[in-house]
Amino acid sequence: MTEVTLSNVVKRYGKQQAVHGIDLDIQDGEFLVLVGPSGCGKSTTLRMIAGLEDISDGEISIGNRVVNDLPPRERNISMVFQNYALYPHMTVRENLGFTLQIAKQPEAQITRAVNEAAGILGLDELMDRKPAELSGGQRQRVAMGRAIVRQPDVFLFDEPLSNLDAKLRTQMRVEIKKLHQRVGNTIIYVTHDQVEAMTLADRIVLMRDGHIVQVGTPLELFNTPVNTFAATFIGSPPMNLADGVVSDAGTIVLRDSLTIPVPKSARAHVKPGQKVQLGFRADNLMPVGHAVEEKGELVDLELTVALTEPLGTETLLFADLAGLEVQAKMLNPRPVQPGEKLAFHLMLDKTHVFDAASGVALRG
Amino acid sequence: MDRNQTHRNRRRIYKALHFFGLFLIMEVICIPGLWIVLNSFRPTVEIMAKPPVWNPTFTLDHYRAMFGGAGEGGVPVFLYFRNSLIVSVTSTAIAILIGMGGGYAFARYRFAFKNSYFVGLMLFRAVPGVALSLPLFIVFARVGLIDTHFGLILVYVAMNVPFTIWLTDGFFRQIPKELHEAAEIDGCTRWQAFWRVEFPVARSGVASAAIFAFLTSWNEFALASQLTRSVGSKTMPVGLLDFTAEFTINWGGMCALAVLMILPALILTFIVQKHLIAGLTFGGVKG
Repeated sequence: MTEVTLSNVVKRYGKQQAVHGIDLDIQDGEFLVLVGPSGCGKSTTLRMIAGLEDISDGEISIGNRVVNDLPPRERNISMVFQNYALYPHMTVRENLGFTLQIAKQPEAQITRAVNEAAGILGLDELMDRKPAELSGGQRQRVAMGRAIVRQPDVFLFDEPLSNLDAKLRTQMRVEIKKLHQRVGNTIIYVTHDQVEAMTLADRIVLMRDGHIVQVGTPLELFNTPVNTFAATFIGSPPMNLADGVVSDAGTIVLRDSLTIPVPKSARAHVKPGQKVQLGFRADNLMPVGHAVEEKGELVDLELTVALTEPLGTETLLFADLAGLEVQAKMLNPRPVQPGEKLAFHLMLDKTHVFDAASGVALRG
Repeated sequence: MDRNQTHRNRRRIYKALHFFGLFLIMEVICIPGLWIVLNSFRPTVEIMAKPPVWNPTFTLDHYRAMFGGAGEGGVPVFLYFRNSLIVSVTSTAIAILIGMGGGYAFARYRFAFKNSYFVGLMLFRAVPGVALSLPLFIVFARVGLIDTHFGLILVYVAMNVPFTIWLTDGFFRQIPKELHEAAEIDGCTRWQAFWRVEFPVARSGVASAAIFAFLTSWNEFALASQLTRSVGSKTMPVGLLDFTAEFTINWGGMCALAVLMILPALILTFIVQKHLIAGLTFGGVKG
């Protein structure tokens, strides 16, 4: 059983602090994704778990064993790098078997393990090629194979799909998920792509500037973001945010005196005069008659559409809400002309209120 | 159609001019060497003849004499060859080991005054070797290193290390550090990761550094002529001086010995030229 625990882990480079005291408990067999914009410390955190970076402060343990002072080779982990890091002078077979060869395993066992990994990833045809003769997707697969052969306690992935084109990325994403279902090991996966995070993760850790912003399942992060950063980073398109002030009457006054009732969940947490941001996803602002479901409290709005992005099953509408460009989603789309006025429903129950100054979500 | 024709003709002319230019440059480089080889097979009278003899006679007299006894113009070729070999191979091996370590450190590690060290090494390269001959002579004389293999090896190592560091630093820099990290995660110690992964990948770079270091030591004359005295340590370039007497120079013999000196270097260069030319092939990382 391999839990990974980080307690108050800090990374300093000279005077600069890259990671500020992170606490994290990763369950055995969990697929955990560290996500955040570049420079948020996610890769540094992963590299500290791998043992490639020293830990300035705090403690990391893998399977109840504190690994702070253990070199990478004694942590029983595998890592897949963004640039694959295959050994260019070895064939695929040698690349896969390298770790067992170093461990001085008997030849027969190496062959068996290598063939098994090759079978899982469909590498049989490529075994005698050098990495230079492989395509990007094949290299990626070899890198994953190399990780499997080691039979580690924990798999670490450092932005493994960033160098692939969009189509291949989707394909490999599925393969990684299948791999996890098959081997069932703990996986810690770093990415800056929120789609990868949402699709792969059992749990997402959203990071910014060396701090953890929010930890939760993909749906928790999507439905209840703790602040405006989480709200705009997770989900595509990002959540719409409109500035407003809470009035005495329990409404939020946006620009142009447009008033919207304070959502139920936030009612107890706002006070009159407070400057807030109203947040709602495109999925919750829909032209009347073009929504998945319309239930709960609805707010009627009439908005002018400035631009449309047809995506097939849905069309993304860029509409004008009191001088602010917001995005709305139209299901079962019909052609919409720019400049057209449409009646929209805003689903108030799925609308969030954030404190304008701190960005923190106000909800019960 | 017409314009295409003129364009093609012009391209052909440029190409011909290009080859002609290359040919001229190759002449300048190759003719002296060819001259040495030819002269080693001609009788002395023909070498000295004015006007030159265009129809050379072939003779092996110079080679015969060179390997002959001391009275007949012979020189201890085998001893010189042995000395050259010992000094060059040993100094190259040591310089490569030290230089590779240095180059690796400069490429991979951060340490205080790194840039100053590097500039210092390069500055040291800029000092002409001969300028050091007098101080070296005095020091070596005191320590008793004159006329020893060890003394020469020491000097050549010092000469070659900065260059080797500079060259291998460049090669190691091209290897992504993730290769080393991947090896460490795969179970290697730092030492294993270097020898099993980074060294094989940088092999061609190290080979070029080695051939440069070897040729420098093999051909070096100025310092060797000061620091060696007897057949016990004289290298081949210094041995060439045996053919100069007070009033005469035995050009034929000198050329014959020079040919023997060029041969091993030439063969070695042929063997490793694949590495010298081959760029590093990186397939392990995104290309």
